[in-house]
Amino acid sequence: MKTVGILGIQGDVEAHARALERAGAAPRRVLRAAEIDACDAIIVPGGESTTISKGMDRLELWEPIRAFAASGRSVLGTCAGAILVSREARAADAHEPVATLGLLDAVAIRNAYGTQVDSFAATPAPGSDPAVADFRCVFIRAPQLTELGAAVQVLASVEGRPVLVREGNIWAATFHPELTNDPAVHAAFLSY
Amino acid sequence: MSDSQREGAQSYEIKVGLAEMMKGGVIMDVTNPEEAKIAEESGATAVMALERVPSDIRKEGGVARMCSIAVIEGIQQTVSIPVMAKVRIGHFAEAQVLDAIGIDFIDESEVLTPADEEHHVDKHPYRAPFVCGCRNLGEALRRIGEGAAMIRTKGEAGSGNIVEAVRHLRQVNGDIRAIQSLRSEELYTTAKDLGAPVQLVQYVHEHGRLPVPNFAAGGIATPADAALCMQLGAEAVFVGSGIFKSEDPEARAKAVVHATTHWNEPEEILAASRGLGEAMVGIEMETLSESEKLSNRGW
Repeated sequence: MKTVGILGIQGDVEAHARALERAGAAPRRVLRAAEIDACDAIIVPGGESTTISKGMDRLELWEPIRAFAASGRSVLGTCAGAILVSREARAADAHEPVATLGLLDAVAIRNAYGTQVDSFAATPAPGSDPAVADFRCVFIRAPQLTELGAAVQVLASVEGRPVLVREGNIWAATFHPELTNDPAVHAAFLSY
Repeated sequence: MSDSQREGAQSYEIKVGLAEMMKGGVIMDVTNPEEAKIAEESGATAVMALERVPSDIRKEGGVARMCSIAVIEGIQQTVSIPVMAKVRIGHFAEAQVLDAIGIDFIDESEVLTPADEEHHVDKHPYRAPFVCGCRNLGEALRRIGEGAAMIRTKGEAGSGNIVEAVRHLRQVNGDIRAIQSLRSEELYTTAKDLGAPVQLVQYVHEHGRLPVPNFAAGGIATPADAALCMQLGAEAVFVGSGIFKSEDPEARAKAVVHATTHWNEPEEILAASRGLGEAMVGIEMETLSESEKLSNRGW
């Protein structure tokens, strides 16, 4: 059984833990470099990207997570986590940018759909991987991914925009697969 | 490429989803864009816009209403983290205004002067999710039945005294444990006694928790206060007067965030407790009459 670390600074760690259990993995909340390195894969969860990035500054986790990804082990970022794994994060308006890990060749636009009153759920159009289709996507103050590099594979899109992408061992979802009862995305992530 | 129609923000799942995203975080009361910026820089997961922090409402008296639109808009333009704001209990027109302005979360709060002494807002039709205060499980489940997507303890806002938040956390969690031990046929009378919808009592019986995140508020003034609430089962904390009524708000804001992430690590709570300057001045509960207690508002 795979041990999957969930970065535990802030966010919906518990929802990811439940989703991982449903998908047959052993979840573990991780906060320190050694705890991260002991995992087979890690998830950067949904939450507030500024809060998580400031916690990563304080705990000095930027380089350990980059080294984890460089070792070839899988990393999944959901919503705030998708922003943090990207090459660059831009604000939809004049707000300051947040630092990112630069693991995924894409630019994340934060709060790209608007505030919470513009949050929504939708079913994606089929993407390139039939294993990850036919599930509901819940978008909460969600980002959008743009300027995707050539190596980035789009696994699902909603309204013509990529919502689930993969570049080798790096995965990003702009929605929250951990909030719905369907373990499809976690199962696909664990199968690689 | 065609995909299904959007399901909008009125969906209860989407409302509770934002509450889930705030877990493990600190939501800070702010009265202007400058304070909001300090809160965001310190790692707050959200800010609560209000005209006066609870300790000033307590001191100055008068009717406490929803924050002015200019202040809310100024804060929305300044920070990228979610912006919450309070409405008076039962004041659904204030809630409509906040929904229209695109607020991220509405707190139907006992800290403001109630607009209705019998009814809370019907929170289901709004796009913005609601948080409400409670002192016990019955109150929590009544608010959830009305559509609240997050529950917080009332504590005693603006007191700088954690005793009421502790009482309310222990009460809610004790009530949950008691319900878990019941037989299924006993849940109906329990629902009647609690004054709560039976379906929600059944949910608590089955899952051993509320169907929405359960946060702590009301009296948190130090990093150790935040850690205490988290260890008692709160999933995140609200800090009102505790930050901006202290000697060094920025340091204290960072320290409370630090202690909330590391709530079960004494060494980290110690590190967060160093070099903070003076905390806000607190109030002993015995010196407050029942009519001065904000937690008595709400029904």
